[in-house]
Parts: sequence; structure tokens; C-alpha cells
Amino acid sequence: MDEIRESLLKESKAARRDKFGRAISFSALLLIVVVVVSIFYFVASKGLATFFVNKVNIWDFLTGTKWAPGQVDAHGKAFVGAAPMITGSFLVTFLSALIATPFAIGTAVFMTEISPKRGAKILGPVTELLVGIPSVVYGFIGVSVLVPFMRATFGGSGFGILSGSMVLFVMILPTVTSMTVDTLKAVPRHYRESALALGATRWQMIYKVILRGATPGILTAVVFGMARAFGEALAVQMVVGNAALMPQNLTSPAATLTSVLTQGIGNTVMGSLENNALWSLALILLLMSLVFNTVIRAIAKKGAM
Amino acid sequence: MTNKILKTRNVRLYYGEKEALHGINLSYEPTGINALIGPSGSGKSTYLRTLNRMHDLTDYVTVNGTFTFKGQDIYAPNMDVVELRKEIGMVFQQPNPFPFSIYDNVAFGIRISGEKDKAILDERVETSLKQAAIWDEVKDSLHKSALSLSGGQQQRVSIARALATQPQVLLLDEPTAALDPVSSHKVEDTLMSLRDQYAMIIVTHSMSQASRISDQTAFFMDGHLVEVNATKKIFMNPDKQETQDYISGRFG
Repeated sequence: MDEIRESLLKESKAARRDKFGRAISFSALLLIVVVVVSIFYFVASKGLATFFVNKVNIWDFLTGTKWAPGQVDAHGKAFVGAAPMITGSFLVTFLSALIATPFAIGTAVFMTEISPKRGAKILGPVTELLVGIPSVVYGFIGVSVLVPFMRATFGGSGFGILSGSMVLFVMILPTVTSMTVDTLKAVPRHYRESALALGATRWQMIYKVILRGATPGILTAVVFGMARAFGEALAVQMVVGNAALMPQNLTSPAATLTSVLTQGIGNTVMGSLENNALWSLALILLLMSLVFNTVIRAIAKKGAM
Repeated sequence: MTNKILKTRNVRLYYGEKEALHGINLSYEPTGINALIGPSGSGKSTYLRTLNRMHDLTDYVTVNGTFTFKGQDIYAPNMDVVELRKEIGMVFQQPNPFPFSIYDNVAFGIRISGEKDKAILDERVETSLKQAAIWDEVKDSLHKSALSLSGGQQQRVSIARALATQPQVLLLDEPTAALDPVSSHKVEDTLMSLRDQYAMIIVTHSMSQASRISDQTAFFMDGHLVEVNATKKIFMNPDKQETQDYISGRFG
């Protein structure tokens, strides 16, 4: 009896291993949380310093249209109007998503419904390959092919919102496509069968049942693509023109939050207004990615009902 | 014999090279319930799905035999499958309404044939739901999602959806297999109330269900049609020993 009692009370090897495994995964989780929180804290403290230390009016910052943090106007206020970059970022994001969505849906429908075999064999790997191409390559192709084309077609320098949107469209297309494919594949087979059994043609089945059932998933895919477009820096910077001016039209040189950030952050002194103003831009980026995330979660929640 | 609405002769079906149905001969009256019984894998569902050409969806399946619906060859090259499926409706094992409102579910089949008139849609939706004996339960919530209903209600909405295209034949693939006894009973009552207007062909694993509701019963085994007869005869005094054994629960 005592032996059994002893073995019951003593911690077994398996139980110790269990504890050890739990400790490892918990510490990994803790590390991630610490990293995320510190990033938020760091960006927020730097970004808010513009308003609290350098006393820039938040409203002026969001709506001002002149960006030249090194210079001051007649009242001694620095030019830190971020509106051109905010506008630029939103324009390239929405335009690229607008162009990418129909292409992504079309490709995904072809891959899942119309020709699943060729879809799995050719288009699937191609899409995955496109995801893996470094953004500098997209940017380089943009500069050497797209920009001259825009210059020849619309005049001007060829750099601008339109070029940025086109490059981003190609960059987010594979992401949106492959997520849409996953959504369409997740539509239960019985929806297809019962639609056909009711006398639907294949096209009616696709757009009245499958696409309708997959709408939440497709929206999520598009918002994911938008999040990626909003945060993309390098490729956009190469083709957008990098003039921190309110965009007059789609082909005039412009700037995005990311392009101004990547260009300026190495050329400013830590703690100066110029530097803090850039952090404020980063804060906007971070907040926007939070917004995108929330939207994705909200859609997923609504779709699950 | 001449007033049969649907006739199938020498039905053979191949999965690739393998023959899964070995020459089935069955025909159906314009009204009444026909039960297809038999052990799992005996080919009842496979056979059922040849009747509205659902096997067209899978490319490695070949179907041979003569199928005539009101004298028309179902597998004729110029047969409009879309129209055929409006005449021969189907209800599946899993209650599977679309993730739309109840109204949109039932109206689906009518809308895809191009009907837009709201009055006609309303009327047909109401009639179909009444026929499926679910109108009283859902009439106040027609615009709620069909997925919010219970399994039994969903299955009756699926039946209403199939009836809305005004078919002549209704194929039912184990329509109560996923339901609890109370819901099954309601679905059975629904089918009974429709027996004078439609030819119904129901695949079922429940022997008691077949004996309760059907007029004709066909017993399948290993891709063969062992015996087909009036339900009473099959259950009281079958001709074949295998049928007797299956019905009395000696195998399957």
C-alpha cells in the first residue's frame, strides 16, 4: 500500500515533462507579448512627443498640407502637415484593392470552380511564387517598365499615385487570390450540389451561392490585401515620386506615410522635431494596421454566425 | 406499364473501370413513395443520383443504361440538364439550406429560372412551405437566416425549396438520417402528405420508415437490385431469401 501511495504522491516523469512543455510555450507567448507591447510603447512615446514636447497641434498635423519639419513659418511653427502622406497612403491602398479584387475573385473562381485541376497544378504554385518575390523586385520592375509607360501615356514624370497603385495591385493580388481560393474551397460541397440539383447553371451556382456564401471571407481577403498595401514601403517609394505634396491628380508625384518614413528616418537626429514627426507618421501606420485587424476580426465574427 | 413517369433499364455505373451498379431495372408511378433499401455501399444512393444526372459532376464516373422521364431520354446529348433538375428535384441527407433567409432559400429555384414578379414569388414560397408542412412554424420569420432553424425544420425548408421549382419527381437521399426521431417523424408526415401529388424516391436505412411510408420497396445489395415489390409484400412475404434476411436484421 505504501508503495502505491508513494508513487501517487511523487511527481511522475511524464508530469514533469508536461510542466516543462507548458513553461516553454508560456515563455514564448510572454516574449511575444512583451515585444508587441514595447513596440507600441516605443512608437507611441516617440510619436506623441511631437504633440506634447514639441507642442504641435494634432489637428494641424492631420490636416496641414505642407511637410517640411525643418522649416518654420512666420509664427515660428514648424511645417508638419501630414495630410499629403495620409491621402497618398489611402489612395494607393484603396486603388490597388479596387483593381485587385475583381482579378483575385476571377482567378480564384477559375482555380476552384472552373478548372480545379489546372488551378492546382499551374495557377496555385504561380500565385505562391508571386507572394515570395521580394518587394524591391516589384519596385524595380515598376521603375523600369511601369513608370516609363505612365510617362508615355499620361505625360509628366510617370511617378505618382497611379504607378504606386499598379505596383501594389500586383503585389497584393497573390495574397488576396490565395485567401479567396481558401474561402471558396471552404464553401461546403453540399451548397454546390443542392444549387445544381435545383436547376442552377454552373454560373448561377457560382455567383448566387458560392460567392454569396463566401462574401465574408472574400472581404477579409481584401482587407488583408489593403493592410499589406498600406504598410508596403520599398516598392511604393520607388515609383510614387516622393514629393510630400497634396496629390493633384493620379499621375503627379506624391508620397505615402511609409515612403516618407523610410526616406527620412535615417537622416534626422533622434529627439528633434523632424525625427519625432516621423514617429508620429509611424504611429498613424500602427493605428491603421490595428484598424485593419479589427475590421478583419469583425468580418470573421459576423461571417461565423 | 405505360403510365410510368420514370423508367430505368439496365442501369450500369462505373467508377473508372470498376462496375458499381450491375444492371438495375426500376420504374415509378407518377405518384406515391418508392423506398430504396439495402446495406451501406449497396448502391442505392449511387443509383438515385443517376436519375437527375448528379454524377455529371464527377468526371471518372460513367453511367450506362436507358433512362426515360415521360418518354424522354434523360441522358440524350441534347437534354437540358438544368431543366431536367427542375422536373426531378432532390433533397439531401444533411439538411442543407443556403446561408440565406428562409424566403431566399425557397425562392432560389424560382429566381434562377428568371422569375422576378414579387407576387408570384411570394405565392410560390408560401405554397411550397405549406406543402412541406413548415409554413406555420416559419411564417413570421421568413426573413431570418434559414441556418437559425432546427435540423428538422431545415430539412423541411430544403424540401420546400425543392418543391418550389414545381418538380414532378422528388429524389430523397436519406432525408431523415441526420435528424432526431421527433424531427424525422415530422419529415415523414410531410412526405406522406405529398404522396398523392409527386413521385417520390427515397433512399433510407430505416426499415421501419420504409414500411411506414412507402408504396413500393426495392431492395439493393452489392450493386444489384435483389427484389422490388409492393412494400407490404416485401415486408410480409418477400420472394428472395436475402431480402428476408436483411429485413429480419440477420445482416446489414
